[in-house]
Amino acid sequence: MTTTHVEDHVHDQPMSEVALRSVAIEALLAEKGLLTADEVQRQVDLMDRRTPADGAKVVARAWVDPDFKARLLSDTRSALGEMGIRISEDTPHLTVVENTEEVHHLVVCTLCSCYPRMLLGRPPDWYKSLAYRSRAVSDPRGVMAEFGTAVASDMQVDVLDSTADMRYLVLPRRPEGTEGMSEEELARLVTRDSMVGVSEALAP
Amino acid sequence: MTIAAAEPVRFEDGSAVRVRVESPAHHFRTPAYIQGHVGVVDALCGVYPNPESLAHGGDGLPRQPLYRVRLRQTDLWPEYAGNPADTLLVDVYQHWLEAA
Repeated sequence: MTTTHVEDHVHDQPMSEVALRSVAIEALLAEKGLLTADEVQRQVDLMDRRTPADGAKVVARAWVDPDFKARLLSDTRSALGEMGIRISEDTPHLTVVENTEEVHHLVVCTLCSCYPRMLLGRPPDWYKSLAYRSRAVSDPRGVMAEFGTAVASDMQVDVLDSTADMRYLVLPRRPEGTEGMSEEELARLVTRDSMVGVSEALAP
Repeated sequence: MTIAAAEPVRFEDGSAVRVRVESPAHHFRTPAYIQGHVGVVDALCGVYPNPESLAHGGDGLPRQPLYRVRLRQTDLWPEYAGNPADTLLVDVYQHWLEAA
């Protein structure tokens, strides 16, 4: 998917090589009848509409409703449908993995930048950086420490490298001291980084 | 797309599998750092069109079973300093796996 779309451009400076290439490929696909400009625009709009606030709502619901959480972990697409979040059949399969007292999950894509865009929108730049992509798999605890996250040495860290048709979202642990909080208040504790796994959810 | 256009599922959850070592000239989605290593099938993710074919204008057939494979970090990186229980889960298409 193009990250730079021709109509988003302000033409007061020369386009970068990558942007030019993306525009050229899009024009070629349109010319060959494989894709229309409308289809590209629709996908860009869809991606821009999603933000980490969508993922945060889902996590907060899972924290307060154990039945919903079970459905979210076993059949993510239909659980999201209950919340009015429609994921079209042609997007990659989304799997939610749960952090527990025993296991902490971290998501990376070493080959490119696969990311649960259907719930979090566009990935942050660091997620796409070579440094994160190479080090998250070989030194996950070191990477998390740089995000200020200390995972206890007796906990297990599972790194998910989303190389193929699956996308992963981390369900962070519910912070302590949040027993009386509403779903809306809880959602504000759920950061983008906690759903990638480099951080925990915020303390209240 | 017909059922016959998919490779039959060969591995069960818990099967030990070795990731094949290969660097084909075309597009592929099996990272080099897991090639040659042995892991355990954590789950079958589904049966998907082969991305190596799709990337080059092909029909993706036969579709390939896709497995989530669990490898031990200490097997992948000899100097790994974290908990020996730490693992890496990676999605690998069946034609990149052999029984181990």
